[in-house]
Amino acid sequence: MEYEGGAWSPYLVGALIGVLSMATFYFSDKPLGISTAYARLAGLVGNLVAKNHTGTLKFYQDKTPKIEWGVMLLFGVVLGAFIAAYTGGEIAAAWVPPLWQERFGPEAGLRAGVAFLGGVIMAYGARLAGGCTSGHGISGALQLSVSSWLAMLCFFAGAVVTAMLLFGL
Amino acid sequence: MSAEHTAPLEDKEAPGKPDSMPQLVLGFVFGIVFGFLLQKGGVAKYEVLMGQFLLTDFTVIKVMLSAIVVGMVGIFSMQALGLVKLHVKPTRYAANITGGLLFGIGLGLLGYCPGTGAAALGQGSYDAIPGILGLMAGSYIYAETSGYLGSTMQNIGNRGRIMLPDLIGTRVPVFLLIFVPLLVASLFILQRLTP
Repeated sequence: MEYEGGAWSPYLVGALIGVLSMATFYFSDKPLGISTAYARLAGLVGNLVAKNHTGTLKFYQDKTPKIEWGVMLLFGVVLGAFIAAYTGGEIAAAWVPPLWQERFGPEAGLRAGVAFLGGVIMAYGARLAGGCTSGHGISGALQLSVSSWLAMLCFFAGAVVTAMLLFGL
Repeated sequence: MSAEHTAPLEDKEAPGKPDSMPQLVLGFVFGIVFGFLLQKGGVAKYEVLMGQFLLTDFTVIKVMLSAIVVGMVGIFSMQALGLVKLHVKPTRYAANITGGLLFGIGLGLLGYCPGTGAAALGQGSYDAIPGILGLMAGSYIYAETSGYLGSTMQNIGNRGRIMLPDLIGTRVPVFLLIFVPLLVASLFILQRLTP
């Protein structure tokens, strides 16, 4: 079964993301990176539930839970993708992606459970590795960080094996 | 040989100091652009991302390599002109590899990465919602273990902010002169193989 790809050329989109990286370095002195924002949001929830305990965690002493540049970047991504999908007539409005449904059926609970589990493992891995597909895969890689090229290889290796196991060879 | 160009030493933030309002607005605007581009590139779609990992769709690699090439040339040029400073990430072999593999497993299960997951939510792929809740939960679980990891795994193979040119003992400009054409060539080959 064939699925729709992107509306724009991947090379154009990539090149523009490269230009965007230049802009964030120049105007904000920061590389593009997304995953830390989820950690900060989780820390804000942690502060609501158990403020003293959250404050004792080493990670949150370095990365204070607060709404800062990266969290605003994350909020912006949601809005920007909405604008792109809405203007392009590509709003999905679905709980189960077509490819998943073709393989595992239409049940939203199963998809949601696997998605949640995937998110947990992915975030733990991102924090341990020091970044995600944006922070390592784009920003770190373009600065020639050894850690980023290594992490990116591991991202792909892990994802390819998992995807092959899920969808059969 | 290696020390002088291994990038500025620390980019530690001042934990108490909030970002200024203009920077918060800039972050939001950059995010809108980033999300817009991710969606237009198709990489907020589960089928496109999983297609990459099933090796049937190479959109993700095309987007990433193009971004890396343009950003690399742009940012090292701007650095040479003194316009920006680098933020090279520290290399800790054990943590980079273990974390990277875990990240990959999670990515295969969720089908969105942290950035494209936010973009997927924006385009109405609601399965990104449990994914995002998982990302927050996983981050907090990591924080719970961060004290322990900081004194154990994070120290194994801790090499600091090393760059690829350091590994082969060459200077950054020389390395770029070879590496950038290699990346461009691999994009052309990729396009020939998977149009």
